Amino acid sequence: MLSPLTPWRRFLTRPNDDHFKVFGVAILVALFCAVVVSTTAVALKPLQDAHVEAEQAARMAQMLDTLPGMRDIMEEAGVDTLETRIVELATGTFTTDIDPASFDAQAAATEPEQSATIPPDADVAGLGRRANHMPVHLLERDGDLLLIVLPVQGRGYQSAIQAMLALEPDLNTIAALTITEQGETPGIGARVEEPAWQALWPGKQIADESGQIVISVVRGIATSPYEVDAISGATVTSNGVANMLRYWLGDHGYGPFLARLAEEGL
Amino acid sequence: MASNLRHVTAPLVENNPITLQILGICSALAVTTSLSTALVMSLALTTVLCLASTTISLIRNHIPNVIRLIVQIIIIASLVIVIDELLQAYAFETSRQLSIFVGLIVTNCLVMGRAEAFAMRNPVWPSVLDGLGNGLGYSLVLIIVGSIRELLGAGSLLGYTILTLASEGGWFVPLSLMQLAPSAFFIIGLLIWVIRSHWVTQVEVPKFSLKPQRARE
Repeated sequence: MLSPLTPWRRFLTRPNDDHFKVFGVAILVALFCAVVVSTTAVALKPLQDAHVEAEQAARMAQMLDTLPGMRDIMEEAGVDTLETRIVELATGTFTTDIDPASFDAQAAATEPEQSATIPPDADVAGLGRRANHMPVHLLERDGDLLLIVLPVQGRGYQSAIQAMLALEPDLNTIAALTITEQGETPGIGARVEEPAWQALWPGKQIADESGQIVISVVRGIATSPYEVDAISGATVTSNGVANMLRYWLGDHGYGPFLARLAEEGL
Repeated sequence: MASNLRHVTAPLVENNPITLQILGICSALAVTTSLSTALVMSLALTTVLCLASTTISLIRNHIPNVIRLIVQIIIIASLVIVIDELLQAYAFETSRQLSIFVGLIVTNCLVMGRAEAFAMRNPVWPSVLDGLGNGLGYSLVLIIVGSIRELLGAGSLLGYTILTLASEGGWFVPLSLMQLAPSAFFIIGLLIWVIRSHWVTQVEVPKFSLKPQRARE
């Protein structure tokens, strides 16, 4: 009588140096481990995402706290958070077709219909693709823009960097830069997350008088309003942050949107 | 039973993985800046060590000798990823502080060492106890070093202020060296000195002895 367990027993009784057994054990162990690891990863993903989202919301609130007087203005306007609108990047106009609450720009960037390939010469941030629409967060009073916060992504030394860039109403002065997510080397590149470095950004200018985007990080000491000190030992990460801003403020990023804002207002 | 219990008690001090075998030093330096990270790291490593010993001991008779190290690493690595994911889901802040060091448990010689030296050759129950004992021995050193570093470096324990800092109107000036990795070396070195002066058998016999100097002709 052939029981289904017989081949299994026969497999186990094979000598340990038998080729078939070596392959079999390797495959079985790998398969079992793969199932355990992927099950855990998938099952815990919602919980982990909730933590990341809560952290990003906290950073947004923290960033608003660093801006002098911003809380007072918000209190006056009677709001406790910024208004989120969706921008179509190619035309620079707001769209109401997409619900800001459920829009996920990172997921959209991987969908062929919802994203665009970045031309290689424009792709200074090394992203490859970007979503057609991006959420922007803004604060206005009686139709006047008081602050605009743009989410940006770039590449550092070994990881994707996510950040929030807050601009003053002149759309050229940085009000604040907050790195919201990064996986750079702890103690080296990961120092982009330190408040001390992020505090170097407010007040810096993005473009010079001719409208050319010139913001950059420099080794040593920044001498002009377009330069920020790089983190020593983390040049690649620092440049990644600068390239991220150059891309997202350029013609393929928020450029058309910012130009339209400057011309027509909200 | 008494001999099984030895598997748990022996690695605590007499055969401690850090102070005698000098294993797992890297993470002991990195995660001991505060007591809370040291505790979480201890918990993570002890769990991984126990589970890895159990699994490897369970299938030890069927692990072909030629691929035994790979099989051990796969099992340990999978356990570490699972623990890391659990930490990210249920202890997010701490997992941020531990950053890559939980992931690096894979490369911790302690885990591989126990798998190779003990779990491969012993039944499940002694292997679990051996894993537990070595995990606790590692934890003990981490907790001692973490307590000293946090107390002297930040004047607190588990985040609660014990010694009021001078900057907050107290008398205690924190030793900033304690926040840096080298201080863990000093503390572990002092611990080894204390342990070896008490358990003299741990003192290693010098491998080479210098001949007395003789004047040349």
